[in-house]
Parts: sequence; structure tokens; C-alpha cells
Amino acid sequence: MSGQGGGGHDPARREVLKRAAKAGLLIGAASALGVALYDPVGPTGDTASRVIDLPDWRVRVDGPQLAVVMGRTRVDAVRRGFEMLGGLERFVRPGDRVLVKPNVAFASPAELGATAHPDTVGEVVRLCVALGARVVVTDNPIADPAGAFGVSGVQAAVRRAGGTLLIPRPSDFEAVTVRGSRHLVDWPLLVGPLQGATKVIGVAPVKDHHRAGASLTLKNWYGLLGGARSVFHQDVHGLVADLALAVRPTLVVLDGTTAMVANGPTGGSLSDLAPTGTMIVGTDPVAADVLGLALLQRTVTDVPYLALAARAGAGSLDPEAVRVVVDRKG
Amino acid sequence: MDIRTVRRLFQVVALLVFFGFSVVATFGAGPLESRNWPVNGFLELDPLVGLATTLATGKLFKGLALGLFTVVVTALLGRVFCGWFCPLGTLQQAVGWVASRRRPLQARLGANRHRPSQGFKVLLLVAFLAASALGVVQIGLLDPLVLLTRAVDLVVVPLADRAAGVLFSAPRVTLTAVGVVSVLVAIFAAAAWRPRFFCRFVCPTGALLSLLSRWAPARVGRYGATCTSCGLCDRDCEGACDPAGRIRTAECLVCWNCVADCPHGSLAYGTAGSEAGETAAVDASKRGLVTSLAAGLTVAPLLRLDDHVGAGRSATLVRPPGALPEAAFLERCVKCGRCLRACPTNVIQPAGLEHGLEALWSPVLDMRVGSSGCRPACVACGHACPTGALGELTYDEKLGQGAFAEAGALRIGLAAVDRDRCLPWSFGRPCIVCEEVCPVSPKAIRLETVDGPVSGQRLQRPHVVAEACTGCGLCEHACPISGLRAIRVTAENESRAGRSGAILRAPRR
Repeated sequence: MSGQGGGGHDPARREVLKRAAKAGLLIGAASALGVALYDPVGPTGDTASRVIDLPDWRVRVDGPQLAVVMGRTRVDAVRRGFEMLGGLERFVRPGDRVLVKPNVAFASPAELGATAHPDTVGEVVRLCVALGARVVVTDNPIADPAGAFGVSGVQAAVRRAGGTLLIPRPSDFEAVTVRGSRHLVDWPLLVGPLQGATKVIGVAPVKDHHRAGASLTLKNWYGLLGGARSVFHQDVHGLVADLALAVRPTLVVLDGTTAMVANGPTGGSLSDLAPTGTMIVGTDPVAADVLGLALLQRTVTDVPYLALAARAGAGSLDPEAVRVVVDRKG
Repeated sequence: MDIRTVRRLFQVVALLVFFGFSVVATFGAGPLESRNWPVNGFLELDPLVGLATTLATGKLFKGLALGLFTVVVTALLGRVFCGWFCPLGTLQQAVGWVASRRRPLQARLGANRHRPSQGFKVLLLVAFLAASALGVVQIGLLDPLVLLTRAVDLVVVPLADRAAGVLFSAPRVTLTAVGVVSVLVAIFAAAAWRPRFFCRFVCPTGALLSLLSRWAPARVGRYGATCTSCGLCDRDCEGACDPAGRIRTAECLVCWNCVADCPHGSLAYGTAGSEAGETAAVDASKRGLVTSLAAGLTVAPLLRLDDHVGAGRSATLVRPPGALPEAAFLERCVKCGRCLRACPTNVIQPAGLEHGLEALWSPVLDMRVGSSGCRPACVACGHACPTGALGELTYDEKLGQGAFAEAGALRIGLAAVDRDRCLPWSFGRPCIVCEEVCPVSPKAIRLETVDGPVSGQRLQRPHVVAEACTGCGLCEHACPISGLRAIRVTAENESRAGRSGAILRAPRR
């Protein structure tokens, strides 16, 4: 080294210093990253989900809790039912974001009654839109979602009525724990649409259901669940009671214009249906379901989740205890 | 306008239309659905699809007659199908252009030199056609339009839609996706090494067209005393057809690059024969042709030695509704994947090797995958099939109504409860999800109520009603046993088996 000129002028030496500086930067960056990301514990298996409370969408108004309309077309009956409750404007206000949850479980044509009828869904949406609300319609079908909304005619009805259809994608679900719920723990739920809504209206057909006893407005909330939810069939009554407590809707519309009296909940044949000519609209989903059960010639003991839901405080098991108004045409 | 600009325009438009058809190949009348567009036009224009299925069945099915148009054009004008139209050719050309434009001239001239092994594609074609004549149609493995349709429909479009989220309401699933697309990736890799490697050495459709172009009146030739033998005509030659020597008309893709590249105007496309001489024959020796003929004629029965169309059939193979009986189905199915693309529930999947070599990438139902088994009121797959391997069912035929009420619903299989895995049967827990989702009326799953393990508890156990089950698989899809399901569909009772199905039925006249 001594034989080679002054340090500052030695190009080879300068090159070495430059490289050493860059190597130093590299070492520094790697070490900083290593320290920043260092994990002395390893995976803990702790995957606890967010604990949430769903909003309470009920609107407390004086007046009847249930309206029963008989012998009218679906569109007329929905309109008349809301009138008898004192008018939809008592429940839905301009600027409200209304989530309408129809039962669109299957890719089955409307005539077969396995899904909420497009006329009923459409009229509910139309009336809400007319009041200045923004309406989102969604359900997580058992069948493929696009097929269910398309074949059932609900998609077209929602579009005509001015609502927005949300065909749920996996990213629309979030695994959450609903506070106070027994089954809704770390379970995928349509959280976004629910928390974004200021009002919720359930629209359900009246159907036989071999496992649950009957599928009415409370069972309809099943469609808010994602994941491999069929596992809940092992305690379907407990689950529906959980849902009844978690989802406190503004209104429910139970369409018993025809009822699927056999082969439920899929049906598949016109002979599974009976003309029952009844539309039930109201604020108490338990009482609405109890009235709907009569259309299936069943009683509360056939459908244990109703008692569980009533005991949990989701509504009244005894229609005598709530104010019911009846409209019979013809 | 430079004729090459016209050619590039043709190529780009054809490529865009091809991708456009893949995007809208969903069966239906919506804005992004197939409507009445000729989405199978590319497959139908490919004369190899028509020829192979015709050799197997003795019939030229419907739209496949469009392949005759390609035959006529090729016989008159040469391989413009390859050079101006084929989307796989265009994609390779693009890859080759990007890869070689910075290479030195000598390397490019070397890469585009004609090689006698280009005749390999003819040998491949002969083997494929010989096997087809014996009912084993495997051209779809390497047919350019088929393999591109399969890769784009089943891999590219679903992958793109994962990001875009426009076409499908649930992310599309493709089993064996890596295998399906790897053929395409290999073709592109080869094209980066040697321009249009696949077209030159492998493509069986190109081989067929090279034979057909032999007597084309219009062709590229080298003329006059202006030629200095500089060899520049080889620089961008797509077909490696040796325009600098005795041009090989059968290899020429009519790309017009040599005509444009020649600084002396010595090359032209016209009806006069090449002054510099031509080589009409393809690079395949008689010995080679005989060998590949023998190979094709041997491979076909070899593949069937396991009797997989008969007693040796895969126990889990369930074909889409409307599929012809297995042997007739295999005479037509080219594995293009159009039925899979059209299926709204994504239940139709490309077979891997689990159903045997011959079935690779042919359509099978996997009830666990997709959104919900085979939808009863749906006939999309049969209407998407370009070769008639799947019949075009009507709703009445599928559902067994109207004129088909007496025949009953079409059956693709039969569900069976695996009592060892079933929650009520084996674990004493209530469930009956299978019964709940059964779409048949009256239901094809009957419930038997028994005393449960807990005193006072009643338990319902499912039984399949064989006479009513259509094999749609909604039950298998919904079964909460998430691995090997506790209720599963096999093909036992499928309609196409006729009277040889497992369940004795009264014969119909």
C-alpha cells in the first residue's frame, strides 16, 4: 500500500470505499427490516373476529303492529298493508338507506313460490324509492346468486322499481361476532350492507320447511349469512332465534298470497302451492310468523324457533297481545 | 396502404373478436352474454375440428361445415388462415417480434431458416387423424383454436375477472388450471426462442392447411435478375419457408414480410410460379408417415385397453346433462371448454388424469366446486357445445315436462347417502340439508323419523328415492360434511345409459 500515492487520489481505494458504503447501506437496511419484522412468539392461532352490534332498525310508532290484507293482488295488498299501519312514510323517510332482504334462496321461477315474489319485492322497493329513500336489495342464495336473482325475476323487478341489487360476492362478507349471539361467532355475515342501512325490511314467502317447520320472516334472515352455513341445521331453531335477536327490522312483509304447503323449502311443482290470499305486513316478525303459520295449518309447537325467539324478546308469540288490523276484500 | 398493414389489421381484429367471444360466452341474453353471437365461429372455422370429428362419426356436424370455407380459401390463396387470422398465430407472432427485434441480423436469419424437422407437424397430424378414425379424438390437446379457447375461457378470463369482478358473481374456479394454461405458456416460451415455433413444428391444423395449400394458384415467389441472394427475405419470415432458396409453399404463411423486406423487389405474391424454383412437398418421408399412421392406429386401441368406456369406467365420472353415451361423446368432444365456460354454476370442470388419459380436460361435474351443483332449469352447456358431444336440450326435456312428461326429467346420475359420514345416520345429529335443497317435486330424498340418541329427541334420516333423483348434485354441494361429502352423486342412473342403468325402469316405446 505504501508504494501507491496519497489515499484521496487512489481511484482503486475510492472504489473500495464506495462499495463499502453501499454494502453498509445494504446491511443497515436488512438489519432494520429484520428488527422491525422480528417475531419472537410465532403464530398464536388467535383469529378472533371483530365484535359488532347490529343497529336496531325498529321505528317506534303508535298504531297497529300488524296489518293483514286478504283477497287482493300482491301489489295492492302491500300498498294497503302499509296504509293500515299508518303509512309507509311513518317508517321510511327521505334520505333513508333501506335494505330490503327478500328470500331469494333458489334459482326457481316466481310461479313456483320458492322465492319472494317479484311483484311484492318490487312494490316494496318502489314505495320506498317514492319516499326518497335509497334502496339496496340483497340476499345470499343457496343456489348460485346470479341465477337465483335472475330466474326468480327479483333482479328485473328491483331494476324496474328503481332499487339497487347487490349480488353478494365473497368480499361482501366479513367474519364477525355479533354481541350476545350464541351462534353468530366468528361467522361471515353481510356486514357492510347491514351496517350501511338505516332501515331494514324483510320480504318473505310463506313456505313449508322440512327442517325448521316453516320458513317465514324470521327464517329469511338466514340469507344474511355466508360461509358453510348448512352446519347450523344441527341447531336450526337456536340459530333462527339468534338471528331474530340480532336483526331487529323496521318492517316485515310476509307474502301468503300463495303458500308452499308441501315439499318445502324448494317446492318445484305448482301442486306444492295453495292459494291462501293473505298478505301480512308489520313490525313484529314473531307475531307475523305466528299468523303466517296458520296458512300452513300449523301451530307454534311445530316451529320451535318461534318460542325461542319470543322468549329472547324478538316479538310476541301471541297475536292477541299485539294490535292487528284486518282488511278483507270481497 | 402496405399490404402488411392490412394483414396486421386482420390479425388484430380477429384476436380482439376471439377474446370478445370468450368474454361473452356466458349463455344468456344479457349485455355480456352470448345472445345469438357466433361465439364458436373460430372453432368452427378450424377445419381440423370438423375433420377429426367427421372421421370419428362419419358426419360433419352443423357449424363445423364452416371449416370448408377455410379449406376453399387455403386451396386458393395458401395458408392465410395461419398468417392472417389464427389468434394463436398472432399471439406467437407478437411474442416472436418482441423477442427477436433487438437480435443481430445473423441470429434472426438463423432463427428463420427452414428446418426439415418442420415436417414433424404432419406426422403428428397423421397420428391424430388415424386415432380419430378409430373414435379416439385427441386433436384438442394441440389444435390451436381449441387449446387457445380452453386456456382463455378457463384460465385467462376467470383470472382477469378475479381482479375485474364483472362477469361472475362468485370467483370462477378452474380445476387443473395450471395444466390447462401451461400448454399456452410453453407455446409462448418456444415462440420467444424461435418465432412461431409451434406453428412451424407442432400445429396439426397448420399441417392440415399446409397439405391443402399445395396447389394454391396464388403464392409467393422469387423472380428476375434483380435478386442478389442477400438473404434478407429470411429476416422476418414467419413460416420459415425458405424464400431465399427454393421456397416451400406448404410452409408459407403468406405474411408478406419477405416481399416487403426485399430491397430489390425480387419477391412477389401472384400466380406465376417462382422463377427461383419451389419445393412443393412437405418434409415428411413415406417411412415417417407410415410410422405415424401406425402409431395413431395403435394408440387408439391402446388407450381403450382399460375399457374406460365400459366396465372400466371411472367410478366418479359424471358428465354434463345431454352428453351422448360415453363412446359417442368421446368421438365428438374436443375439450374446448365451451360448456365449462357457459355453465352458470361453475360445476362443470376439466377432468384431470383421475378419469384416465383420454378424458383429460373433457367436461366432468364436480359437485363440490362452484355455486350449486347442476341447476335444474338450465341447458346452457349443450347449447355451447360446437361438436354435438352435448345435445342441445330444451327446458322441457331437461325437466321432464310438456312432451317429455312421460319420459321424466333427464338424469345425469344418482345420489347416494354415505351413512358412515352422514350427521343423522352416523353421529345422531339433526341435519337434512340434502333433503331441504333437493329441487325435485316431490322430493327425491325421503325422511325417516327415528328416536334420536337423546331421550325424547326425534331424528330424521335421509333416504334417496332412486326413481325421482336426477343426479343434479345440489344435495352433494350443500352437504355440510365438507370433504368427501356424506351424500354423493355418481353416474349410476344417468339417462344416457339407457336401460343399462342401475335402476330398473319400465321400458318405454
